[in-house]
Amino acid sequence: MRGFKRADGRKGIRNTVVVAYLVECAHHVAKTIVAKVDHDDVQLIGFPGCYPNDYSLQMMEKLCTHPNVGGVLLVSLGCEGFNREQLIGTIEASKRPVETLVIQQCGGTKSTIDLGVAKASAMLGDIASVERADLDVSELVIGTICGGSDGTSGMSANPAVGVSFDLLLAQGATCIFEETGELIGCEQIMAERAETPELGEALLACVEKAEHYYTKMGYGSFAPGNAEGGLTTQEEKSMGAYAKSGSSKINGIITPGEIPPKNGLFLMDVVPDGEPMFGFPNISDNAEIVELIASGALMILFTTGRGSVVGSAISPVIKICANPETYRNLSEDMDINAGSVIDGNHTVEDIGQQIYDCVLKVASGQQTKSEALGHKEFILTYKRFNTSDTTTIEAIGPACLAH
Amino acid sequence: MQTKFVRVNANDNVVICCQRISAGEQVTIGEQQFTMTTTIEVGHKVASQAIGLGEKIIRYGVPIGSATTDIEFGEHVHLHNMKSDYIPSHTRQSRVGE
Repeated sequence: MRGFKRADGRKGIRNTVVVAYLVECAHHVAKTIVAKVDHDDVQLIGFPGCYPNDYSLQMMEKLCTHPNVGGVLLVSLGCEGFNREQLIGTIEASKRPVETLVIQQCGGTKSTIDLGVAKASAMLGDIASVERADLDVSELVIGTICGGSDGTSGMSANPAVGVSFDLLLAQGATCIFEETGELIGCEQIMAERAETPELGEALLACVEKAEHYYTKMGYGSFAPGNAEGGLTTQEEKSMGAYAKSGSSKINGIITPGEIPPKNGLFLMDVVPDGEPMFGFPNISDNAEIVELIASGALMILFTTGRGSVVGSAISPVIKICANPETYRNLSEDMDINAGSVIDGNHTVEDIGQQIYDCVLKVASGQQTKSEALGHKEFILTYKRFNTSDTTTIEAIGPACLAH
Repeated sequence: MQTKFVRVNANDNVVICCQRISAGEQVTIGEQQFTMTTTIEVGHKVASQAIGLGEKIIRYGVPIGSATTDIEFGEHVHLHNMKSDYIPSHTRQSRVGE
C-alpha cells in the first residue's frame, strides 16, 4: 500500500481538498463551489451554528488537518461566532495550504463562488504532487459503527467486523469502536478486556454515564420487540453491538476528535459530560461517522441489517450488510455481503477475512460503493465535554458579547 | 443437510436460528442430527449442548444470562428458561431515573 505523506508524519489514503463553511449562512456558497469544481477529491464540510463551542471548533480543527486532507478552503460569512483565526492557525501549523474567503469582503455570492472555484481548483493541482510513501497495516486507523440494525446485525456483520478488527490489531493497526449507549449490560465483560484495572474502571464509568444520559433523555432499554426477535436479556442485546469490537485487549478511551495516543483498540466515548444540554449525543449515523473521522479514522466499517446507503466526506465508508434479504435489495450500495452467514454459505470468520481484504484494497485506492456513488454525507453538531472546565459553559454565547 | 443455525463463537453453548424451523423438522446442530420439538423463529437460540440449572448461557463467547431450569440439547433457549444476570443495571437505572 502507498499513502499520502503529510508534514506531521501521518499518512492518508486519500488526497482531498475540503471546502468548509464556518456558519450556515456560508453553506450555499461553499456547496456551490464544490458542485462547480465537480471533482471526487473536492468535498464539502462545515459547521452550521453561530454560537462558539469548544467541541465543534476542535472537531473542525481535527477534520481540516486529517491525514486524508491535503488542503483547505474556508468559507466565512464574516460575522459568525466561529473562531476562524484559531482554525486557520491550526491548519497552517499542520503545513497544509489554507485559503479563506470572507463573503462580506468578496463582493457577495457570485464573486465568492467564482473566487472559490479558482482557489479550490488551484489547490487540487498543488496537492497532486504531495509525497507518496509506503503504508503499512500498522499505520491504518479504522473506525466502526452500526446503523439500521436488525436481528441479523449481531449474528453476522457485527461479529465479522470483530474478526476483521482482531486481524488488523494483530498487525499493529489502530481500531476504534463507539456508542457507549449501546453497550449498557456488557460493561463488566468489556472492563475485563481492559489493558489495566484503571482503564477497566474508566470503561465502567463511561457506560454508567451513558446510561444516566439516555435515561434523562427518555430512552428505554430492552423493548418487547427485542424478545420477539429472539433476544432474551439486556446483555445479549448489547453484546450484538459490542461484537464489532472483536476480542482483542482494549487499550484506551478517547472522546470525539481525540487522536488515539498509541496503536491499539479504543472505545470512543460519544456521550457528552454533564446533564443533557444539546439533545441526543448523535442525531444520526453520520454524526458518529464524522466523530470517528475527526479522531483520525482513515476508513469506516459500517454494518447494517435493515440497510443504509450513506458514505462520508474525507474518509471512505465500507458498508457491510448483515441481512441476506437486505443485501439482495440494496446490493448496489453494499461492499460486503455478511448475509451469506445467515444463508449458511460462509462463516463469520470468512466474512471477517473478506472485510480485512477489502480494507487493504480501499487503503490502496479502490473506491468503496458509497464513494463511487458520490455519497459525501457530513453533519456536525454541538456537544460539551469536561464539565469541570467552567469556562466552557461561560463561553457559550455569541463571541461578540464575550468581549 | 445444510445447517440452519449460526454459531457466533466456538465457546458458545447456544446456536442462532437463521431460517424458520417447524416442529418435527430434522436439522443438524453442530455434527448431530436432531428433530425439533418446537417451532423456532429466526434470531432465536437453541441449546447446542445440555445446560444445567444455574449454568451460564454463552453467546459471543461470553455469558448473556443463566439457565433457570435444566435445558436439553436442541431445546429453545428464551425467556422461559433463562434470565438476565444483569441486576445492577436495573438498580442503577432506577437510581438515575429519580
